[in-house]
Amino acid sequence: MLKVTDLHAYYGKSHILQGVNLHVKEGEIVSLLGRNGVGRSTTVNALLGNVECHGSALYKDQEIIGLKPHQISHLGLGIVVENRAIFPTLTVRQNLALGMKKANKFGRWSYDDMFDMFSNLRERADVPAGVLSGGEQQMLTMCRTLMGDPDLIMIDEPTEGLAPKIVTQVGKLLEEIANRGVSILLVEQKLTIALKISSRVYVMGHGQIVYEGTPDELRENEQIRKEWLEV
Amino acid sequence: MIETTIFSLLNGLVYGLLLFMLSSGLTLIFSMMGVLNFAHASFYMLGAYFAYEMSIHIGFWPALILAPIAVGFAGAALERYGLRNVHKYGHVAELVFTFGIAFLIEEVVQFIWGKDQQPYNAPPLLDFPLFTLFNVDFPAYKAFMLFVSIAIFIALLVVLTKTRVGLIIQAAITHPHMVGMLGHNVPLVFMATFGVGTALAGIAGVIAAPVLGTYPGMAFDLGSIIFVVVVFGGLGSLAGAFVASLMIGIVQTFAVSFNIGMPDLLALLGLEFGADHFLVDLWTISLPQIGPLIPYLMLIIMLIFRPLGLFGSREV
Repeated sequence: MLKVTDLHAYYGKSHILQGVNLHVKEGEIVSLLGRNGVGRSTTVNALLGNVECHGSALYKDQEIIGLKPHQISHLGLGIVVENRAIFPTLTVRQNLALGMKKANKFGRWSYDDMFDMFSNLRERADVPAGVLSGGEQQMLTMCRTLMGDPDLIMIDEPTEGLAPKIVTQVGKLLEEIANRGVSILLVEQKLTIALKISSRVYVMGHGQIVYEGTPDELRENEQIRKEWLEV
Repeated sequence: MIETTIFSLLNGLVYGLLLFMLSSGLTLIFSMMGVLNFAHASFYMLGAYFAYEMSIHIGFWPALILAPIAVGFAGAALERYGLRNVHKYGHVAELVFTFGIAFLIEEVVQFIWGKDQQPYNAPPLLDFPLFTLFNVDFPAYKAFMLFVSIAIFIALLVVLTKTRVGLIIQAAITHPHMVGMLGHNVPLVFMATFGVGTALAGIAGVIAAPVLGTYPGMAFDLGSIIFVVVVFGGLGSLAGAFVASLMIGIVQTFAVSFNIGMPDLLALLGLEFGADHFLVDLWTISLPQIGPLIPYLMLIIMLIFRPLGLFGSREV
């Protein structure tokens, strides 16, 4: 579904991504793990055309490097960014509405699906999103992207700074997303959720993929965990 | 006194709403694209000249509709083929680019129509006093200006808050990248906003020119005031631009209509200075003399005490 080959990215003169190779198959949950600063978020940003890069990224057999963000989105590739980026002056419902690519063009998800999963959002549907708590904003960001009915969703650090109870909720949502046939590329620093739900994991270090395997294999591979993941 | 107050209030309202038509576009463009468009008032001037030229051939009323549309297309083209290419060099380059465009438009206008004021007047249909109060006439054309400005204001409000396009614009004001990643064509939204913003300036030019005059300096005369309005109201805030437009419009009109000066103030305090006092110029200054300065004074005070402006959320 997504096949990234030899992706290089640069911030000015710094060579951040040094040939990243990875792929996500249909219906798969894949995690991209690694410590801060190894290039996980840069990988996502490069795929979306937000960072200067070269290499190849085929999504549904179409090259997306060089496309504009809205064109990539229309191919069915969704993104949940790390900094949440909710629209603070718009209400929760309006935020969700803008997730849809056309007015009232529903796909796998409806407003009620979102409100059933997160009752907080239903209660606050007509409140400006700027006043929501951090956890609620994270929910809203994920729901907003889902409203656009992506076939693959890239999620950057969805649990960062959230209370344990909300982390559990996020985990449930990720499973629900997968149940509806949406593939997930989960970009994470912590292993908690990632190892529980992923079918495969990649570990990044110094701008490259340094390990690929199943969650069970990674659990057993103490050397990789010590060298590239544990603080 | 009462008649001066009533007429100043009405004139201030007309002038204030005119300022809003200009500042709303400027502030929308700034908040969304980060571009402080120095050429904004030049589109106001283009509106006036286009309407003048069209009115000769097709009459006032069709020109009223067509001139702003033509200005909007010119604005959209400027964004699409000019600013979009300059964007990658940063905001300073964009600023210098729009600055250059302002001069270019002024030169082109002078080249085509000359330096003299053009005889662009209110149509005969509206050339009568609407009402007379205390022996002073209020021209119907000013009421028409008021009506058009209010209609535009309401239309803008409805589009921005009630339509999907309006929501996309509001969202793009704070997070343009995210809007793009959700599948909305942000460059197109930018171009349309630039087009509509400049078209609003065009409408302002079309309806204001019969009163304020159609001459090559008209952009410069109003240009600095609309920057004051936008900064005073808070960069990027439409509500701020609205309140600031009305405030500055009314304050400026009152300042030129009330002939009170330092001598009156000093007399109140029981002071009097002879005509040979070395500060005589200062002691005899009057409100109409310093009227044009007041908006700038307000701006300076605002920047000292609240750099965000009235309703702004980011530093200037």
